[in-house]
Amino acid sequence: MANQALVEKAESLARDAQALAAGLQDLAREAQQAVAQAGPGADEGVLVMGLTVFVLAVFVGYHVVWRVTPALHSPLMSVTNAISSVIIVGALIAAGTGEFGFSEFMGFLAITLASVNIFGGFIVTQRMLSMFKRKQK
Amino acid sequence: MDQNLATLFYLVASVCFILALRGLSHPETSRAGNRYGIAGMVIAILTTLALLPEVNILLIGAGIVLGGAIGTFIALRIQMTALPQLVAAFHSLVGLAAVFVAAAAFYNPAAYGIGVPGDIKLASLIEMSIGTVVGAITFTGSVVAFAKLQALVSGRPVVFTGQHWLNLGLGLITVALVAWLTTSESAVAFWLIVAISLALGVLIIIPIGGADMPVVISMLNSYSGWAACGIGFTLHNNLLIIAGALVGSSGAILSYIMCKGMNRSFFSVILGGFGGEGAGPGADMGERTYHQGSAEDAAFIMSNANKVIIVPGYGMAVAQAQHALREMADLLKEKGVEVKYAIHPVAGRMPGHMNVLLAEANVPYDEVFEMDEINPEFAEADVAFVIGANDVTNPAAKTDKSSPIYGMPVLDVEKARQVLVVKRSMATGYAGVDNPLFYMDHTMMLLSDAKKMCENIVRALKES
Repeated sequence: MANQALVEKAESLARDAQALAAGLQDLAREAQQAVAQAGPGADEGVLVMGLTVFVLAVFVGYHVVWRVTPALHSPLMSVTNAISSVIIVGALIAAGTGEFGFSEFMGFLAITLASVNIFGGFIVTQRMLSMFKRKQK
Repeated sequence: MDQNLATLFYLVASVCFILALRGLSHPETSRAGNRYGIAGMVIAILTTLALLPEVNILLIGAGIVLGGAIGTFIALRIQMTALPQLVAAFHSLVGLAAVFVAAAAFYNPAAYGIGVPGDIKLASLIEMSIGTVVGAITFTGSVVAFAKLQALVSGRPVVFTGQHWLNLGLGLITVALVAWLTTSESAVAFWLIVAISLALGVLIIIPIGGADMPVVISMLNSYSGWAACGIGFTLHNNLLIIAGALVGSSGAILSYIMCKGMNRSFFSVILGGFGGEGAGPGADMGERTYHQGSAEDAAFIMSNANKVIIVPGYGMAVAQAQHALREMADLLKEKGVEVKYAIHPVAGRMPGHMNVLLAEANVPYDEVFEMDEINPEFAEADVAFVIGANDVTNPAAKTDKSSPIYGMPVLDVEKARQVLVVKRSMATGYAGVDNPLFYMDHTMMLLSDAKKMCENIVRALKES
């Protein structure tokens, strides 16, 4: 008799725990959403910061690139091509969640493509630059 | 790793990228520059790996090893004449990678801290759309450019009526779809944006003719940078924004330089249709006479000269004549002749292409001069040796207002005491414009394959 009561009690406890877990999950989701929406001010701050960095970087790029000697415009193109593959950073984040789903697969593909570019871009640039030699005196 | 520390490392990587471009201001410092670029990339990747909650080493490692092996193999095997195709192909990969990253962010925004599926921040959605659109256009646009450069499809511009309206319409539809995406976060909207952008990439590049390819490649270079920028905004990652902005502005400047070299406005290049069926021959052609010479004549003239300026064009590269040409120059130098090379900004099929081809043939870079540096020297040169170049030497660009290339900066070869022109036939050049240089009294035409002609001149020089 006592045994049966115990089983019933345990069962109800398990149900309670389950409900609690579900509640917690909801709470977590709500918290995540709350964080996601946390103050529009914070969001705009990030955007404005990004714009600041962007505009300054365009200026730096403009001035640095005009100083590049025209003879090296091809290497410039291949090295910038390699540099733009820094997009691999975004791909790594996508692939590095510890799960394996659609996003991770997309990440994997992007890592592969960017790697082709990184290795290919830097190596072909190095090959080109090693050809540029001064007159032998 | 602490987020602040990571930001610092990203800053170091950004500085490395800037130094990589800075190094290219001189051949001496350029190799160190490239090493800075590699260092920046390694720092960026390691920092990101250290930030990940869980490093799925198998997945990530497989991607890097597979991609790295392919990239290394291609980069070591590629012929320098095929460089433009290679760069176009590489651009396409950046574009496609940008689309994939945007898709990953759309389906798993939590990994990037930009919300949860179905509830992504508005700004992030817009930034994501920009990255996707630019990435997709870069991808298909570069594929078309690659096919044209590799001669898989005709280099002729593909034009049809209503083309620009179609492009405009598709552009507007894309904007509408982005608006739909931001309100509904529908996956259908996302993939429609991808599909239409892919189509736009093809439509934007097909009307642009083969002659304008240097501009197209530079433009796509720029786009690949802006795509990286868009992704950088989506991920709130300053490194991506900086690197993307550097690449974007670099490509934009190169496009500008190429347009100026051809005296074309950027818009007329974009609208396309140039370089197709010869733009109507110059006014009164009639039967004009030209002087034809032999390799022996050329060898005699050049060995008696004090100063020879060589003007190589893409035709020289097609004929693979650069090594024979360099041998010819070496023999002349042995005879005490001063030899210089003159390079037009749009010689070759991408910016700086001719410089690389000459460097590959062991021509020292301090004998190679840009147009503005060398133009005053033609007047004091005994011989201008034009090989595989045509439109960039056309004096009509300076005098004949009716010429389609009027206003284009050209090399002043006609000012040399004697002009030798190596050319396969008397046909017109890329722009389909007749070149009066060929009919001048002091011009001698050497009608032959460029490589064969150089080899014959070398033989004649050795015999004399």
